[in-house]
Amino acid sequence: MNQAHLEDIPPEFDGDYPIRVRGLVNRFEDHVVHDGVDLDVRRGEIIGVVGGSGTGKSVLMRSIIGLQLPAEGSIEVLGRSITDARDDEDIDIRSQWGVLFQGGALFSTLTVAENVEVPLREFYPEITDDLRHEIARYKVLLSGLPANATNKYPSELSGGMKKRAGLARALALDPELLFLDEPTAGLDPIGAAAFDDLIRSLQETLGLTVFLITHDLDTLYAICDRVAVLADKKVIAVGTIPELLALDHPWIQEYFNGPRGRAAQDAQGRDANHVVPARAAEGLEQD
Amino acid sequence: MRALAEFSIEPSDSGGGTLVFSGPMVVSSLGVIDTKLRAISEPVSEIDVSAVERMDTVGAWTVWRLSQQLDAKIVNCREEAERLIEAISKTDDNRESVRAPRLPLLTRVPDEVGTIVIGLAKGWLQVVGFLGQVVIAAGMMLRHPRRFRGKALVHQMELVGVNALGIVGLMSFLVGIVIAQQGAVQLQQFGAEIYTVNLVGRLTLRELGILMTAIMVAGRSGSAFAAQLGTMKLTEEVDAMRTIGVSPTEALVIPRIAATMVMLPLLGIYSSFLGIIGGAVLASLALGIPFFTFLSRIQEVVPLHDVFVGLVKGPVFGLIVAVAGCYQGMQVKTNAEEVGGRTTSAVVMAIFMVIVLDAVFAIFFTKIGWG
Repeated sequence: MNQAHLEDIPPEFDGDYPIRVRGLVNRFEDHVVHDGVDLDVRRGEIIGVVGGSGTGKSVLMRSIIGLQLPAEGSIEVLGRSITDARDDEDIDIRSQWGVLFQGGALFSTLTVAENVEVPLREFYPEITDDLRHEIARYKVLLSGLPANATNKYPSELSGGMKKRAGLARALALDPELLFLDEPTAGLDPIGAAAFDDLIRSLQETLGLTVFLITHDLDTLYAICDRVAVLADKKVIAVGTIPELLALDHPWIQEYFNGPRGRAAQDAQGRDANHVVPARAAEGLEQD
Repeated sequence: MRALAEFSIEPSDSGGGTLVFSGPMVVSSLGVIDTKLRAISEPVSEIDVSAVERMDTVGAWTVWRLSQQLDAKIVNCREEAERLIEAISKTDDNRESVRAPRLPLLTRVPDEVGTIVIGLAKGWLQVVGFLGQVVIAAGMMLRHPRRFRGKALVHQMELVGVNALGIVGLMSFLVGIVIAQQGAVQLQQFGAEIYTVNLVGRLTLRELGILMTAIMVAGRSGSAFAAQLGTMKLTEEVDAMRTIGVSPTEALVIPRIAATMVMLPLLGIYSSFLGIIGGAVLASLALGIPFFTFLSRIQEVVPLHDVFVGLVKGPVFGLIVAVAGCYQGMQVKTNAEEVGGRTTSAVVMAIFMVIVLDAVFAIFFTKIGWG
């Protein structure tokens, strides 16, 4: 056993804010995407990030997970600075997070089970083959795929199954943090609702902190504890949906009170039998 | 130092022992003790997890699996741990293998050999089919010339021909120098350095110019065709074209094949000329044959049919290179690795076919008196 390897696992993080973003500036050539983004993500919450197309939701996520070096600002994840870690080797907190990319980003030459095993092999080579196979198997089943999907290649899977397989890989290391980029985009409404339930139940069972980018209003209402709104190159507001509805920002109003927003609101009101968001919205409209 | 999970087996009054876990039971702490856990043979009736600090799904799985393996009860479980174990136990309804079964060596080898042979045979059949498709599409274009994509053709001609001028020119110039220099060394032994002109002139125009260009274009453009079309297949761009009513053969394959067939003979002649210039430069520097004397001697010693030999081979080689690239690209179905494999095949297939055909051409032209 390589004892040196056993040491480079970071200790458990016990702060209140697993993700802290301060004064983040991202620009591509002359095009400024973020100009002073501040965001704190609380431990154990599901935070939804919304914003129009091109407001830099994915860029924000890529910055937080160290794929995009920001022009200015600082980002702390699980108490470690991402922005100061120049070298890839420095960011060993990678074992503490899982990322689900928009298209699944599965390794196309590996089966679903092998995809899940990749992070396990990478970070914990001491795990025996038997245990690793077992882990891959239950992770795949836990993400709602049938057992016979484990041997399939990504090209043999449907879009929804790819997302689930991607989620299984993201969960491979039992991470504290889960990043999801539009997890329900491209799924049918039933599949999307099931995926929402899955994320919620995994979050509750495993105690995850979830950073979720979405355009799906139903997802926002159904599972997000708080919502961060990206607009005007900043995070203009963070809060629960009723809190956001009380704000007088044109984009937020348009977003949540547009025809789709209302439909999602109504659906949620019927489901959960609470009328707080609806009443808040009415109050604002009378103003 | 990373904290590891520990376990001990304590005897209890009821006969079976108690398996007591302590330390964190997480993915980072369990790999080391997994083998020992699997080897437990003592009777265990209870698994005590009260001393476990932290548990994740891997810990829950390990506890659950042991409880099944040893037929033991899980006791003193905290609420979160209980929830985890319950969630995990639901996935454990049928234990089929994660891995596909592997055939024994004795059957696997013939199996793989057979697959390769059948694949090769099918491959040739498909190439012929593809060629037929191209011919039909080309015929359709002759009947409906408006459907011909002039813009795509010009664009491909630029990529295949114009952009290759630099590298093909440099390569030919240097090869011309090498032929002249090596030829002169040998011919000097007979006092026949002047025949260096014949050597350089006939060799470059008949053989090397077009052959080297074909190999270069196979490497540059054939591979590009395969990779480009392969990626377009993967991203469903080709399917999208079909649904819009655009034939991929017409829009993607024909322009590439036509461009290569036009540009390859041109590049070949250009390459021959630069090879001759390379030879002339060396001759003037090392052999004392003046530059322009060398060029005018070329006119005298190289028969015109040598130029035709090169020009006839050009479009044929171009067809082979482009068809190999486009065919392999359009065959991509599954993943990124296949794109790489198909690209390699396209280049290998093109170069192989070009060299084989070059030998056939050499014999053919000699037989018809263009020696």
